[in-house]
Amino acid sequence: MDQRVTFRGWWLPVLLIAPQVLVSAIFFFYPAGQAIWQSLFIPDPFGLSSRFVGLSNFEFLFSDKFYLASFGTTAIFSILVTLCSMIPALLLAVMADRLIKGSGVYRTMLIWPYAVAPAIAGVLWLFMFNTRVGVVSWYLGHLGYDWNHVLNGGEAMGLVVVASAWGRISYNFLFFFAALQAVPRSVIEAAAIDGARFWKRFWTIVLPLLSPTAFFLLVVNVIYSFFETFGVIHMITSGGPQQSTTVLVYKVYSDGFVGQDLGSSAAQSVILLFVVGLLTIVQFKFVEKRVHY
Amino acid sequence: MRNHLLGTLAAATILSPFAAMAETEVHFWHAFGGRLGELVAAQVEDFNASQSDYVVVQSRKGNYSETLNSGIAAFRAGEQPHILMVFEVGTATMMAARGAVRPVHEVMAQSGAAFDQDAYIGAVKGYYTSTKGDMLSLPFNASTPVLWVNRDAMAAAGVDPDTDLSTWQNVDTALTALKAGGEDCPLVTAWQSWIHLENFSAYHDVPFASKDNGFAGLDTELMLNGKAQVAHLNAMGQWAKDGKFIYTGRRNEGGANFRAGDCALFTESSAGYAGIKKEATFDFEVRPLPYWEGVGNSPQNTIIGGASLWVMEGHSEDEYKGAGEFLSFLSSTDVQAAWHQDTGYLPITAEAGNATRAAGFYAANPGTEVAVIQMTTNKPTANSNGLRLGSFDQIRGIIDEELEGIWAGDKTAQEAMDSAKERGDALLRRFESANR
Repeated sequence: MDQRVTFRGWWLPVLLIAPQVLVSAIFFFYPAGQAIWQSLFIPDPFGLSSRFVGLSNFEFLFSDKFYLASFGTTAIFSILVTLCSMIPALLLAVMADRLIKGSGVYRTMLIWPYAVAPAIAGVLWLFMFNTRVGVVSWYLGHLGYDWNHVLNGGEAMGLVVVASAWGRISYNFLFFFAALQAVPRSVIEAAAIDGARFWKRFWTIVLPLLSPTAFFLLVVNVIYSFFETFGVIHMITSGGPQQSTTVLVYKVYSDGFVGQDLGSSAAQSVILLFVVGLLTIVQFKFVEKRVHY
Repeated sequence: MRNHLLGTLAAATILSPFAAMAETEVHFWHAFGGRLGELVAAQVEDFNASQSDYVVVQSRKGNYSETLNSGIAAFRAGEQPHILMVFEVGTATMMAARGAVRPVHEVMAQSGAAFDQDAYIGAVKGYYTSTKGDMLSLPFNASTPVLWVNRDAMAAAGVDPDTDLSTWQNVDTALTALKAGGEDCPLVTAWQSWIHLENFSAYHDVPFASKDNGFAGLDTELMLNGKAQVAHLNAMGQWAKDGKFIYTGRRNEGGANFRAGDCALFTESSAGYAGIKKEATFDFEVRPLPYWEGVGNSPQNTIIGGASLWVMEGHSEDEYKGAGEFLSFLSSTDVQAAWHQDTGYLPITAEAGNATRAAGFYAANPGTEVAVIQMTTNKPTANSNGLRLGSFDQIRGIIDEELEGIWAGDKTAQEAMDSAKERGDALLRRFESANR
């Protein structure tokens, strides 16, 4: 039954994949190679001189207990952002799926936050929780809770997580909603006739059928929380108080662009490259086995 | 319409070389937007109108860090401007970049423009001067920390607004009285590392770092965990614990609290004047920064913050002549006096200060002279010339983190400063090895 169309000759297939290969080479492999090369040097900021130091940039990083601590911070941050953006999105999608009237408006409203750039979202949340004029912190004050993310590391972490996850809920909602629409009605109806209630149907039929989408979103969200949350953290906490919200990618920025230490910054990029590569391999090896296509 | 536009473009492209041949262009990159940006643009226009040999083209490149990064990236690409504004913490980075910058004293000597290094105020130029006494960059906007007092808040809490606040001992008493009088925010600060460590050290004539605060060599180490600094931070940590000192953030977030009338005392740059004068609906006053009686050689002089102008390498001699003329124009008494009065920044020459006094500005605007007096009363010592430390922007970040540890009560002042020294020294060693 399996029909395969094969190309005769080799130049046409090569030509067809050439654009993709070229784009990957120019925009991904070349910069990645540059980062690896640069991580072996300590250059001065102006590029006047550069000293080969082998792996000592890496040694310097791994002997810094604050750098090592930032791995832990990054792990906590990424897990929280991923959970906080996926679970509410799934919940909202399931509810939107059951709507009969006005679902168009509801859907559009839910997708809106995705249009807000991360840095703007950061400012928005910062204003709401501002210790002096913030609306939320003002109400919390009336409830007897003294909100101060400027000094309280836990509160600062909570705030950057919520601000990072908020816009992301829309993105995840979109995917979950589309996937829910693709669940065959007949299967659900059959289960309903057999007496399965809503949650039973959800756990045993809908969720397994959603698993490819959920897996895709897991990978995408983890990568998002690693790299694209920079703007939010920069706007709200700048990595503080103390080091409580200094994630790996923020340190790459501050060493490279604040400290002009390009060697260390490059070395950190290389480490990040490996961490994300490793994470993606783990996800595909272990999580994907539980996914039903 | 479209053809017309293309035609104009083509004409502009053809004609522009001729325009450039008549007048030499000097590019000037700075970090000022808003009102300050307008004032800079006006200075440049005045210079361009004053002569016909050179045209200065000014452009804003973002905030201080972004401007420095743009300058560095442009240099790497061979597109650097002639004059680059660099904030004071970037001084060591620029100094170490031999081959990328041309010292201002050389530029001035070659350009033949009027230039007398002695005309500049010692404590202002000291930050940007080599140990041999040569000016490496031209101070542009300089300010220094002072104590801002909300007199209405003092009176409301039952504290005499005229009470002596010249020493921290007196401030301590006042803070206790303010708190007891129902003031929720007795003291707030901006730029905590700059004011309560860097300036604190200079003001009490104790070293912030070895090797004359880094002036005498790259092999410098932080000394901010000394007895005087730790004692001060201990006191502030106690005030934070008692709710007498309110921490609002690493930058000048506290300014919003003070200008809204929420706080009684505020340690902030003298350049905060314009904003406070515009927004404050209460009776305010400027006092000299307090000092600890019995510590060091206090009060010495405070040091500056702000930015200076660096001349970059890689241009033609004719263009350097233009750059020299422009810097000389900026240093002239009229331009400086106007800048000082419009912005609240310090004058860079003594002459500009005198002209301002003669014009009756200090008498009409009480408090504007406090910073000038604080800077110029004593001759700077090796501890109060300024700071010249590599990776200093990042070291400030480390200090901020450690100070937050004290304010939160997680660390003692000694632990926090020992840790800041250890972490900062590691960065200084890296900077040393990158610039050997």
